[in-house]
Amino acid sequence: MEISLAHYLVVSAALFCIGVFGIFVNRKNVIVILMAIELILLSVNINLVAFSSFLGDITGQVFAMLVLSVAAAEAAVGLAILVTFFRNRGGIAVEDVNLMRG
Amino acid sequence: MQLIAFYALAATVILAGLFTISARNPVHSVLWLILTFFSAAGLFVLIGAEFIAMLLVVVYVGAVAVLFLFVVMMLDIDFAQLKRGFLEYVPFGGLLVAVLFAEIGLVAAALGDRGAAGPNATAGAATNAEALGAVLYTEHFLVFQLAGVLLLVAMMGAIVLTLRQRPGVRKQDVGEQVGRRRADAIEIRTGIKPGQGL
Repeated sequence: MEISLAHYLVVSAALFCIGVFGIFVNRKNVIVILMAIELILLSVNINLVAFSSFLGDITGQVFAMLVLSVAAAEAAVGLAILVTFFRNRGGIAVEDVNLMRG
Repeated sequence: MQLIAFYALAATVILAGLFTISARNPVHSVLWLILTFFSAAGLFVLIGAEFIAMLLVVVYVGAVAVLFLFVVMMLDIDFAQLKRGFLEYVPFGGLLVAVLFAEIGLVAAALGDRGAAGPNATAGAATNAEALGAVLYTEHFLVFQLAGVLLLVAMMGAIVLTLRQRPGVRKQDVGEQVGRRRADAIEIRTGIKPGQGL
């Protein structure tokens, strides 16, 4: 039996579900939520690369690189917001975020 | 062999992803995240996308995960476990490193079975990186540059968000340094006897 596209899609789908599940489970810890978002973006990448490879079109890998750069930018800005939030409030409980509104 | 490698890597991706979101200690979460990305890179190598795999290791394991680790460590969130010493992490880190090492061997063995070129080796290009570069710098050049602009904006945003002016911090004032004249800086006195001081 060879590795098929379906194999990769199953892994990607499972990873996506884990990421979404992580957002729901870790309501208090915003760092883990950011990590769950990274997992979701990774599953998107697996999808893009798998399709690119099995359809013989390299464009999918170009898009995977773009997703990668978006993920890096998102992590940087998200963690910067987190640092600012921690400085202002002395904690990172996401439940307190609604206290920030005007 | 390839199939075995695939199943091992896929199982590692999924299990490490699960541990990422379920670990009590955020530091453990980050380490599991690193393992997830590493295993996903292995999956990419199996499918013939070596360049994306290397990018995943460099960008995620090298930069993003370390950034996460840095923030987790820097924000002094009171995990009592975090302060209990180094020895506690040794078995955990050892396990992680062992898994990573086994994965490298597995991918290498699977590659030996198949030869380096992937199923998507584009006609005329010797390697995956060459094929990618041939498309990225011609057809998708605008997108490539836009990605660069995005990263620049993200960098500036992160700097602006975390920069703060603290009172009482002494900084270099270039204007004042350049504006110094000889008259303010040195003074020439005459008529001072040797050995007497001022």
